[in-house]
Amino acid sequence: MTSPHCGTPALIRETDHGTPAKPGGAPVSLTIDGRQVTVPTGTSVMRAASEAGIDIPRLCATDSLNPFGSCRLCLVEIQGRRGTPASCTTPVAEGMQVCTQNPRLAKLRKGVMELYISDHPLDCLTCPANGNCELQTMAGTVGLRDVRYGFDGENHLRQEKDTSNPYFTFDPSKCIVCSRCVRACEDIQGTFALTIQGRGFDSKVSPGAAQSFMDSDCVSCGACVQACPTATLSENSIIEHGQPEHSVITTCAYCGVGCSFKAEMQGETVVRMVPYKDGGANEGHSCVKGRFAFGYATHSDRITTPMIRDKISDPWTPVSWETAIGFAAERFKAIQARYGKDAIGGITSSRCTNEEVYVVQKAIRAAFGTNNVDTCARVCHSPTGYGLSKTFGTSAGTQDFRSVEQADVVMVIGANPTDGHPVFASRLKKRLRAGARLIVVDPRRIDLVRSPHIKADYHLQLQPGANVALVNALAHVIVSEGLENRAFIAERCDEADFAYWLEFIRDPRHAPEAVESLTGIPAADLRGAARLYATGGNAAIYYGLGVTEHSQGSTMVIGMANLAMLTGNIGREGVGINPLRGQNNVQGSCDMGSFPHEFPGYRHVSDDTVRALFEVVWGTALSAEPGLRIPNMFDAALAGTYRGLYVQGEDIAQSDPNTQHVTSALESLDCLVVQDLFLNETAAFAHVFLPGTSFLEKDGTFTNAERRINRVRPVMASKTGKAEWQVTCELATAMGYPMHYDSAADIMDEIARVTPTFRGVSFDLLDRKGSVQWPCNDAAPDGTPTMHIGGFVRGKGRFMITEFVPSDERTSRFFPLILTTGRILSQYNVGAQTRRTDNVAWHPEDILEIHPHDAEQRGIQDGEMVSLASRMGATTLRACLSDRMPQGVVYTTFHHPVTGANVVTTDHSDWATNCPEYKRTAVQVTRSNQASDWQVQKQDADSERRRIAPPAAE
Amino acid sequence: MKEQDMVRMANQIAAYFASYPARTGEQEVHNHITSFWEPRMRSHLRDYILQGGKGLHPLVVAAMAERNESVSLSRS
Ligand code: SF4
Ligand code: SF4
Ligand code: SF4
Ligand code: FES
Repeated sequence: MTSPHCGTPALIRETDHGTPAKPGGAPVSLTIDGRQVTVPTGTSVMRAASEAGIDIPRLCATDSLNPFGSCRLCLVEIQGRRGTPASCTTPVAEGMQVCTQNPRLAKLRKGVMELYISDHPLDCLTCPANGNCELQTMAGTVGLRDVRYGFDGENHLRQEKDTSNPYFTFDPSKCIVCSRCVRACEDIQGTFALTIQGRGFDSKVSPGAAQSFMDSDCVSCGACVQACPTATLSENSIIEHGQPEHSVITTCAYCGVGCSFKAEMQGETVVRMVPYKDGGANEGHSCVKGRFAFGYATHSDRITTPMIRDKISDPWTPVSWETAIGFAAERFKAIQARYGKDAIGGITSSRCTNEEVYVVQKAIRAAFGTNNVDTCARVCHSPTGYGLSKTFGTSAGTQDFRSVEQADVVMVIGANPTDGHPVFASRLKKRLRAGARLIVVDPRRIDLVRSPHIKADYHLQLQPGANVALVNALAHVIVSEGLENRAFIAERCDEADFAYWLEFIRDPRHAPEAVESLTGIPAADLRGAARLYATGGNAAIYYGLGVTEHSQGSTMVIGMANLAMLTGNIGREGVGINPLRGQNNVQGSCDMGSFPHEFPGYRHVSDDTVRALFEVVWGTALSAEPGLRIPNMFDAALAGTYRGLYVQGEDIAQSDPNTQHVTSALESLDCLVVQDLFLNETAAFAHVFLPGTSFLEKDGTFTNAERRINRVRPVMASKTGKAEWQVTCELATAMGYPMHYDSAADIMDEIARVTPTFRGVSFDLLDRKGSVQWPCNDAAPDGTPTMHIGGFVRGKGRFMITEFVPSDERTSRFFPLILTTGRILSQYNVGAQTRRTDNVAWHPEDILEIHPHDAEQRGIQDGEMVSLASRMGATTLRACLSDRMPQGVVYTTFHHPVTGANVVTTDHSDWATNCPEYKRTAVQVTRSNQASDWQVQKQDADSERRRIAPPAAE
Repeated sequence: MKEQDMVRMANQIAAYFASYPARTGEQEVHNHITSFWEPRMRSHLRDYILQGGKGLHPLVVAAMAERNESVSLSRS
C-alpha cells in the first residue's frame, strides 16, 4: 500500500501540480511531449503535464494558488502559437500539441534562472531551506552552472531581516518576488496583509507600509511561509532545528475545525506542523494555533508523574502509578460505601480523543455504577444537541465545511469565526469575496462585518439575550410576506406541528416593529435580512456560543431550525444549520455518551432495549436514571450528597461560571481526581493528580464540527509512560470492574459495535480514507457529508414553538451594563496550552472592551485598570475603549486565570440543558487600581495549593 | 440545590412549554424533568411541591402530580 497514512513513516511530500484542480469541467484531450492527456476544461497546461508525470520547471506557481505568470520559468512551445507562453497561465485546448523540453526552452530557462541567482545569496550550505528550496531545485533542474553577471552589481543581498513574529523570520535578501506569499495571504487566508511594493528591480514584499509583520494586519496563519519557495519566509523552528526527516499525519487539538496536519519530525522532536492538503476540514490551511502553538506539549510546567495528597492544604507527593490509582480507587469506594453509588461521578473532556472519552464514560457507568457523567460540552453546545435532535432528529450540524462554497447567503449568528474558527473563516471569506451575501447577528462588530473585500449586507447588532425575539421576528417576516417554501414544508415537515407554529408566529407581537425595543434592531434592517435569507438562494446559518450560552439557548437553536425548515434551507449542499464547535472534540465527546442521560449515540439511559445492549457488551447492570449534570454536581456537592469527582482534562475551576460557587463545591469534595497536563486551577482542589498526554502522544480520533472523524497519531512516546485510556481502565479495574483494551483501535471497534452511526468506522477505514463523516454504516459506507437529504433523521421535521422568555439576569441601577464574553484568535479557552507558547505575544492579558461613551461617563481612560463587578463577584482588568460594542454592553475574554472572568458570571442557565448563561451578565465597571478581593485571596491560595514536596530522603 | 435555583430551573422549563396546549405542555414538562433531572433533584422537587410548591409555575405542579415516573420514549 502506498497510502501516506501507514507503514514506516517517511517524509511525506505532497505532489504539487502547479495550479489548482478544476474539477467538473468537460474533458479536453491534448498531447504533451507526444503523450496523450485528458483533463477537465479550465485546467492549465502545467497541471495537465504534471498529472501525466511531466514536471515543467516553475517558481511562481503552486497548486494551492491561482497562477500569476511572473517568473517565466514554465515556458513551453505550443504548436501553431507564437512565442513561448507560460504553461501555468495557459489553459488547455482540444487537440493542443505542447512541447515542454527542447534546446530553445532550456536556454530561455537557464537565462531566467541566471538572473534570479545573480541576485540571490549563495549561502545554500548554511541556509535553513537547504534541501527543500525550490530555487535551488530549479537551478539544478535547468542545469545552471555559473552566473555570467557576477555579484558585484546592484543587488538586494544585505537587507535586514524581520524577526518581529515569534514563529517565523522574513529575510528579504532571499526574496525572488514571486508573490506566492502575497497571493497566499489574499486567496487562502483572506487577510490581505502583504503587498508587493515598488516596481521592477525595486519591487519587494512588504507587510504594509514600512511595518514589521507584528505591527501589520498579519494574523500569523503561516500560509505565506508555507507558500514561499525559498528561505525568505521560514519557520523559526526550521531555522533552529533544520529540515525534518519524517512526518506523521495528525489532527490539531485546538478548535472544532479539526485541521489535518503533517507533523514534520526529527526523531521525537516536532520541527514544524504543515497543514495537510488532503485534510477534509482544512484542505491545506491552518491558523496560528495549530501551526505554531504546539510547544506546550514539552513545556517545563508539564507534570508527568502521578501525585497524591491527603488534604488539599498538603503539598503534593509524587508516587507510582499503582499507588496513585489505588489511592483514588480506595477513596472512591469508601465514599460509595458510606454515601451510596451516586455520591461520585466524573467529567469527560472535549480535548480528549473519542476513545479516551468513551472509556471514561464507560468506567463511570459500569465501574462506578452511576450515570453521573457529564462533559464540558454542557457549558457550550448542549443546547445544540437538544434543539437539533428535537426538530431534525440528530444532535449535530448538517453540512461539511466545503458546503459553504455553494452558499449564496450566509447568516453568522453569535459566532466570531475569524477569531474562533479561523480556517473555516478563511473558507467563508473566500466564498464571500466571490459574491455570497452576508448577514451578521452579533452585539459586537466582529471583524467579519467589514474586512478586506467583504462587507456584511446586514449587521443586526442586537442586545445580548434578545436572540429569540430576533429569530421569531425573522420568521414572522417570512411568513407574513409569504416567502416560505410551502412545497418543502408540505413534503418534509409534520403538518400539525407546522400549523400550530404558524398560528403562533403570525401573531403581530413578533413583528420586527413590535420587538424593536427588545432587540435594538431597526425593523427595516430586520425585514431586509429576513427577505435576503428567504429569497437569496442557498442560505446557510453558522452559529456559535452567542446562540447557546443564554437562558434561551435551546429555544434559539430550535428557532434557527424552524427558519431553515420554513425556507427549505436544509438537506442539500450550501444550506443548513451549522454549529461552530468550540473545542476540537466537542462533537465527539457528545457522540461518545458523555451526557448523564444518554449512552453513546444519543440514546436515553431509560430505554430498556438500548440499556440491555450495553449491559450485555459491558457485562454489568446499568442504571436507568439520568445522572447529575455539571452544575447539578456542584449543587449536590455543596449539599453534601456528592463527594467524589474524576475530571478528565478540563479546568472547571476556570472555565465554569460563578467561580466562587464552583471552587467552594470543589473544596467540599472528599476525593477529586484530576487527569491533566498541568497543575491547572482545578488541580488546586485535587487529591489525586494523574498526568495526561498531549495530542502529540495520543493515538485515537477526534470528531470535528462537521461530524468528521479524524485520526490523531502519536509522534512521540507518552511522557507519562501510559496512554490516558489505559489509566482510566486501571482505575476502573481497581474499583472492581476489570477493564482492558489492547489498543485505541480496539476501543473504536467496541464503539462501532454499540453505536449505529459509527457501525462502519474503524482505524483501518480511517487510515485508508483519511477521514469519514458519521453516520458511517451499511447505509452510508463512505460517511455522510450532508445530513437530512430527502428526509429528516426523525422522519418529519418538527416545527416547535419558540416563545421569547427574557433572562432573569437583569440590569439595575447598581449593575447597569451587560457583560458578554468570548475568545480571540491567538489564545485558546482557559489558555492552559496557548499561554505556554509564544502566542502570548498577541494577547498577554484579558482586556475589557467598553464603549467610549460608557467609559467617559465613568471617567475611564483607554488602557486604565478597571474593576468589573457583578452580583456574583468582582475582578480587575485593563480597559480598552472600543466602539465595536454598542453602548451599554462590555466584552472580555476568559483566557487568563489572573483575571478569572468567570468570577463575575452567574448561575443562570439554559432552560433545557443548564448550559450557563455566559453571554449575559449584569455588571458595573469602575476605575480601580487594585486587585479584587478574589484575586488577592486566590494568589495566596495558589502558591500554597501547588506545592510539591521534595522527594523524601531514602 | 438551593430551593430558589430549583424553582427557577423548573419554571424556566414550564415557561418554554407553556405555549403548548395544556395537556401537551404538562406531558412535555413531565417528560423533560424525568428525562434530564437526576432522581435527587426530582425528589427534592416533589417534596417541595408537597410542602406547597411556593413560587412554582402551575404547569410544573400539574406536570409532576399524579403521573407515574416512567419516561415516555417518544422524546425524539
Ligand atoms: S502569516 Fe498569514 S496573515 Fe500573516 S502575512 Fe502570512 S499569510 Fe498573511
Ligand atoms: S517572500 Fe517568498 S513567496 Fe514571497 S515573494 Fe519572496 S520568495 Fe516569493
Ligand atoms: S485551531 Fe482550529 S483552525 Fe486553527 S489549526 Fe487548529 S483546528 Fe485549524
Ligand atoms: S510558474 Fe509559470 S510563470 Fe512562474
